[in-house]
Amino acid sequence: MDPLLDVKNLTVNFALRRASLSAVNDVSFSLKKGERMGLVGESGAGKSVTGFSLINLISKPGYIDSGSIVFEGRELIGLPDEEMRHIRGNRITMIFQDPMMTLNPVLTIGTQMVETLKAHGRFSTSKAEATAIDKLRQVQISSPEKRLKQYPHEFSGGMRQRIVIAIALLTDPAMIIADEPTTALDVTIQAEIMDLLIRLCDSSRMGLILITHDLGVVSEVTESIAVMYAGKIVESGPTQSVIHRPSHPYTMGLVRAIPGSIPPGNPLYQIPGMMPTLTNIPAGCSFHPRCKYAGNICTIEIPKLTTVTNQQGVAACHMISGRLPETEMGLLALHRRQKISSGEIMA
Amino acid sequence: MLKKFLDSFFFYSFIRDPVAVGSFLILAILFITGFGAPVVAPHNPYDTTTIDIMDSELPPFWISGSDERFLLGTDSQGRDMLSTMLYGMRVSILIGLGAVALQALLGITIGLIAGYKGGRFEAFLMRIADVQLSFSTYMVAIFFGALFQAAFGMGLYEDFAIPMLIAIIGFAEWPQYARTVRASVLGEKKKEYVEAARVIGLPSTRIMWREILPNTLTPVLVISTVQVANAIMSEAALSFIGLGMPITRPSLGSLINVGFDYIFSGSWWITLFPGIVLVILILSINLLGDWLRDFLNPKLYKG
Repeated sequence: MDPLLDVKNLTVNFALRRASLSAVNDVSFSLKKGERMGLVGESGAGKSVTGFSLINLISKPGYIDSGSIVFEGRELIGLPDEEMRHIRGNRITMIFQDPMMTLNPVLTIGTQMVETLKAHGRFSTSKAEATAIDKLRQVQISSPEKRLKQYPHEFSGGMRQRIVIAIALLTDPAMIIADEPTTALDVTIQAEIMDLLIRLCDSSRMGLILITHDLGVVSEVTESIAVMYAGKIVESGPTQSVIHRPSHPYTMGLVRAIPGSIPPGNPLYQIPGMMPTLTNIPAGCSFHPRCKYAGNICTIEIPKLTTVTNQQGVAACHMISGRLPETEMGLLALHRRQKISSGEIMA
Repeated sequence: MLKKFLDSFFFYSFIRDPVAVGSFLILAILFITGFGAPVVAPHNPYDTTTIDIMDSELPPFWISGSDERFLLGTDSQGRDMLSTMLYGMRVSILIGLGAVALQALLGITIGLIAGYKGGRFEAFLMRIADVQLSFSTYMVAIFFGALFQAAFGMGLYEDFAIPMLIAIIGFAEWPQYARTVRASVLGEKKKEYVEAARVIGLPSTRIMWREILPNTLTPVLVISTVQVANAIMSEAALSFIGLGMPITRPSLGSLINVGFDYIFSGSWWITLFPGIVLVILILSINLLGDWLRDFLNPKLYKG
């Protein structure tokens, strides 16, 4: 079956005065119809830029340098603005972090929903309103007829995010990009919103790209996962296998930093150091200054994505490709044995 | 609808501010009598057949020698002052509102496009605005008024005086709007709802007019009151120096102007009454504008 979305070797650059920097570097992934994928990484890893590049809305001075984005069999890169506008918001929609900010404060939500529909086709106002009411009901807003006439400030945070989702659903898109949709909400509402998203995706076979730094959410919601670091995908594969048996040291660090992964009372793990800024990405593997397994080769050669044995995923690390010499691997094996005996990871 | 308005905080704080209520009432009276002049006014100053030159320069009612037909006296041509002032006020208000509407139309459009598009286009439009602002309103008005009078003659000028004054004052002052709107568009367009609107796939004209513009209207509303007052004053000033409304269809300014010639011959009322009406009109608009500005600016609320 053809994938819904197929991203190949996507590179997004930001043109600065002196040089151009790659915020997204040679990223490839694909999404099947109805599949839910998580895009994970620290702040600045390039997750959101990847998301925005899918709908060709990177703000200047960013631009897509190379690669291909095939969506429903069509190449999106280089598509004329007008055609792109009809895909954006129609076939692909996006949900943002802060529902307080994404609704226009001076328009009623009914107006905003009707406007959206009218922008994507010949809708009469009454028909558009009926669609809007229907979608509001789907996201469990009570008495939607009355709610249409209300302004965003009359809703609570969780309701607003549900309205934002309803707006995203208006045109029955094939794919939703959710950029940290629950970060601004409290935990109970988070779960509610995530349940809603899963249900909606399942019922209409909608693809979902969930951009987040919360591995807990990703493991509950998504089927596949891509971990980004400094603009590159360092590991990807089925969510459960990646989270339970991470291959890349960075993913291991992320997994160990989940609060539930450590016995109560012990301090949480932190990956030492900070992500490099785009202006000074280290040579070789960009993670090597923070990696305790790093050997000589890691400072010289950029690791390629390689299939991980005994799991379906890929990871970009010299340990997996076998380029890290055995002598140095010994240290790694030691670490691994210690962790297994202390019950931190499964064998 | 009416009940919702009466319950609103807007109405609540309005009714609690005596200055605002007072100036609103005065303004309402002036507007109603002005626009209702053909009904309200005892005479028709435009109808030359009813004017008798023998009635000229009659004093107001409390001075001996007055005529009971003319409550506030007559001007040098025998026109009833009260009626002429009401008709003149209508002209003044009409020009004020018309000029502001033109300013707003031009200024909002240019400011919105400049602020949203940005880049060289913005720089170009805003430099035009700067150039426009460096000419004073009066200079532009004198230049074009004189040009029009010279080109088409006085007869045609009298017919087209109102639209011409609206155009002149409107063109001279649009940068005020353009700058205000551009400044708030620059602030608004970075907000997430604009990004969300683009993600939804709304075309950029729709984003500009439907999403951003309503969010920038607060400062526009505030400067509009000031601009109406300014436009009325500009018109009065132009009329005073003889480049505004012709004396056959006088505005408040041209009444002050003609009366000025008689002020030393004792007929002070021809200048004084229109002057007082002009001051009251401008003052009440400005006071109402001040209240509106304070109401719309939450930073000024007393804690």
